[in-house]
Amino acid sequence: MSFITGVGLTPFGRHEGSSSLDLMSKAAQAALDDAGLKRDEIDGILCGYSTVSPHIMLATVFAEHFGIRPSYAHAVQVGGATGLAMTMLAHHLVEAGVCRNVLVVAGENRLTGQSRDASIQALAQVGHPDYEVPLGPTIPAYYGLVANRYMHEYGVTEEDLAEFAVLMRAHACTHPGAQFHDPITVANVMASKPVAMPLKLLDCCPVSDGGAAFVISRERTGEAGVRIRGCAQAHTHQHVTAAPALSELGAEISIARAREATGLALSDVRYAAIYDSFTITLAMLLEDLGLAGRGEAAVRVRSGHFSRDGAMPLNTHGGLLSYGHCGVGGAMAHLVEAHLQMTGRAANRQVLDASIALLHGDGGVLSSHVSMFLERVR
Amino acid sequence: MSERIADWTKGEQAITYQTCDSCGHVQYFYRAFCAACGASDPREQRASGKGRVYATSLVCRAATPETRAHVPYNILLVDCDEGFRMMAHGETNLAIGDEIDASFKPFAGKLVPFFSKRK
Repeated sequence: MSFITGVGLTPFGRHEGSSSLDLMSKAAQAALDDAGLKRDEIDGILCGYSTVSPHIMLATVFAEHFGIRPSYAHAVQVGGATGLAMTMLAHHLVEAGVCRNVLVVAGENRLTGQSRDASIQALAQVGHPDYEVPLGPTIPAYYGLVANRYMHEYGVTEEDLAEFAVLMRAHACTHPGAQFHDPITVANVMASKPVAMPLKLLDCCPVSDGGAAFVISRERTGEAGVRIRGCAQAHTHQHVTAAPALSELGAEISIARAREATGLALSDVRYAAIYDSFTITLAMLLEDLGLAGRGEAAVRVRSGHFSRDGAMPLNTHGGLLSYGHCGVGGAMAHLVEAHLQMTGRAANRQVLDASIALLHGDGGVLSSHVSMFLERVR
Repeated sequence: MSERIADWTKGEQAITYQTCDSCGHVQYFYRAFCAACGASDPREQRASGKGRVYATSLVCRAATPETRAHVPYNILLVDCDEGFRMMAHGETNLAIGDEIDASFKPFAGKLVPFFSKRK
C-alpha cells in the first residue's frame, strides 16, 4: 500500500529569474511541508527532466542542491506521462519496501529560460530524426494530424474541440495560481491564430514556468489519507507515423490494465484528472478511457458533465490548457489538484465528492500512457 | 547485410520500404531486422509513390527560420499502396481518402516527398 502524503505546486506562468532547480526546490519544500516530513525522512527521489537545463543526472543534482542524501534516486523521462510514471514507480518502490518516503519532483523555467521557438523546436524532436523532423512538423502538427483523422472518423468538429479550451479556462479562472484568468468563448477559440490545422492557438497549451512535487509514503503522515489504489501503463509506439489505428491506442489498454489491477469500474470514479496538452488530446483521452462515448465528449462538456458541479468534475485547476504547462510539472498539477479535492482543501473549487479519482497521462504523440486510480481513506 | 538503397532521407528522389520474407511484415523506418518477427535483412524496395491520404495538418506556425520561410505547408500521413504509412508534404487542398502521387520538392535545404492529387 502507498499513500500520497503531501503535494506542492507553484503558480504557473512567468517566474522571471527562477531556474529549474529553484522551481523544483520551491515545489519540493511545499510538498514536504504538506506531508509534515523533514529532509532526512526522504529516502527516495524521482525527478523529471528540464529541456532548459538538461543534465544526465538531474536527480542527484537536485538532491545535492536541496540537501537530501537519498538511498534511491534517478530521473525519469516519458514526456507528458513522466509525472504519473514517477508516481507509479514510487508506489511500487514503497510497496516493495525499497523506500519509506519518495519525493517526486519536477520544475522548469520553460517560458522565461528559453525562447518560444527553442521550446517548440526541442519538443518537435520527439519526431523521427530521419523520417519526420526534416519535414518541419511541430508538436501541434503531430496532434493536428491525429485531430484531423479523429474528427473524420467520429464526426467531431472544431467547435466541439473548442469547448474543452473554454471549460479549462473557466476552471482556471477560479484558481489563483493559473496562468490565464480571462474567460474565453468558443468564438474566441475559433478566431484564434491557426497553429497546425485544425488546431488553433487556443486549442494548444501554453509554455509556462512552474514546479510541482509530491511525497509517496508507506504510511500516512496526517489525517488526510489518499491511497494509490493501482496503476498501469501502455506504450504502443513513439512516432505518429508508427501509431496504431485510433481504436487501438494505448489509453484504452492502460485503463483496462488499471481497472484489472484495482478491481474498480469507471462508474466508481468521482473525479477525473486527464492530460490535456491540446483540446484534441483531452477529447480523445476522455473517449478512449470511457468517460464519454465516441464523439460525445464535447456534448458532455456543453451539458456541464465535466464542470465543477457536474457528475464528473475534470481538471478543476484548469489543466495544461489554462493552468499552464511547464513540462513534467505540468501534468503533475493535475495530481496536486486531485489530492486537494480528495482531502477537501480545494477552497472555492471544491467538488462534492472526490472519493475516487482517475488520473491519466500521455507522453509523445499518444505514445506512452499511464492510468492511475486514487482513493480517499478515512 | 545488403547495401541500402538511397532514399529521400539520403538526398535521392525515392521512397523506400522493407518487406520481411519470413513473416510478410512491411515497415517504412529502415532497420537491419524485421520489427515484427526479428528476422534479419528484410528486403528493401523502392515504393511506387502512390497512396491515399490518412491525415493532414496545415502548419501555420513553424519553429525555425528555415521552415518559417515555407509556411503554410501541409503535412500528411500517407497510406502507401505497398502497405506502409509515411509522413510527407502535400498540396493544401487534399482531404482524407484522396488518391495521391509522390514527387519531390525542396524544403528547408532538403528534397522531401510531396504528394499531389491523382489526375
